[in-house]
Amino acid sequence: MDAAALQETMPRLRRYARALVGERAAADDLVQDTLERAWQRRAQWRPGSDLRAWLFSIMHNIRVDQIRRHGVPTQTLDDAAILPTRATQSDGLEMNDLSNALAQLPEDQRAVLLLVALEEMRYEEVASALGIPVGTVMSRLSRGRERLRQILEGRSPARLRVVR
Amino acid sequence: MMNEAELHAYVDDCLPQARRGDVEAYLAEHPEDAARVQAYRDQSELLRAAFAPLLDEPVPEHLRRLSEQSGAVVTPDRSARHAESLRSPRWTWLALAAGVLVAMLGGVAGWLGHAHFQNAYRVAQAVPLPRQAAVAHAVFSPDVRRPVEVTAEQEEQLVKWLSKRLGTPVAPPKLGSLGYELVGGRLLPGNAGPVAQFMYQDGAGQRLTLYVTTENARNRDTAFRFAREGEVNVFYWIDGKFGYALSGTIGKPELARVATAVYEVLENRP
Repeated sequence: MDAAALQETMPRLRRYARALVGERAAADDLVQDTLERAWQRRAQWRPGSDLRAWLFSIMHNIRVDQIRRHGVPTQTLDDAAILPTRATQSDGLEMNDLSNALAQLPEDQRAVLLLVALEEMRYEEVASALGIPVGTVMSRLSRGRERLRQILEGRSPARLRVVR
Repeated sequence: MMNEAELHAYVDDCLPQARRGDVEAYLAEHPEDAARVQAYRDQSELLRAAFAPLLDEPVPEHLRRLSEQSGAVVTPDRSARHAESLRSPRWTWLALAAGVLVAMLGGVAGWLGHAHFQNAYRVAQAVPLPRQAAVAHAVFSPDVRRPVEVTAEQEEQLVKWLSKRLGTPVAPPKLGSLGYELVGGRLLPGNAGPVAQFMYQDGAGQRLTLYVTTENARNRDTAFRFAREGEVNVFYWIDGKFGYALSGTIGKPELARVATAVYEVLENRP
């Protein structure tokens, strides 16, 4: 691995982890696990390929393992669970509100939304990092964005249609 | 009905050029989808602004050592230098976007958008000129991928387009002699109508924005005024129906120098 490229990717990995899991300590643990696994598997990395994509896919796999093993607190898709993030128009939206709003998204939608909107990855890169088809990226992106919009606007989403 | 995936590709600026026009035409006819598209764009800006400070935070020591160790196999001698550069203030100016946004989001949501979609996005209350300008500066100046809608390479087109949308001739003053070159411009909704934002950049990548409104019919002219919004310094003045605001994170004296030059150029225009 190229040290310079890795050093440059670090802040991005941390930012994504923080936005994905919400909490600082948990996010840094996720980054640490990612780096450790990358180190263990350094032989699998092909020089010249995209280091960032490789690290994000490792991080994703670790996250999937974590959720499988311990479960992660998730919000049910029940309207009552969704609180308006702002009581009044005059309250500023704090970073906490944004984190809270993100936390109300299902993890798979949040991951896609963050990779696209925050990381500015192309849809194909997201598909490859998450190991899903581009069509699935698009449907998760679409649902994630719409849901976040409704949460930020302080109203609960209309009954979600189940689209598989 | 527009393909949903295409709307998202439009939001993310990865739609083939040939389809952009079609989507824009569709959005012009469908205000609800236009509002949705705008909301999605705002989300992306918000996310990037809110989480930008994390890029600036020093990487915790244990993670840094770990990443150095992982990278050290191939290029041991470069890692130290790069660890150093990570701590340099390369990202600090991104952080201010978050600060300003956090303070003012209530006012932002309504006008942070393209004027094409104004019908879908009405602003409830008037936001003072320096504040509008400072937020627009904080939101767009850190944008690496698309800081402007039309770049300086197409300056003629930019001038024509903005003049048409504002309903009066507007053109970016040339600031090359002060070390600032035009990056381009974009159209934003103001309190009651469209406003223009021109962006400039110096050799070091420091950006300034000139915010131009034409909605000051009832206001008298004002002298130069100075305002500070978060980390953003703003000099603004009103000249007839025009309101101008020059924003930047550079020091007040340097910004004053540029603002004076802008003022003189605009004043001496026929």
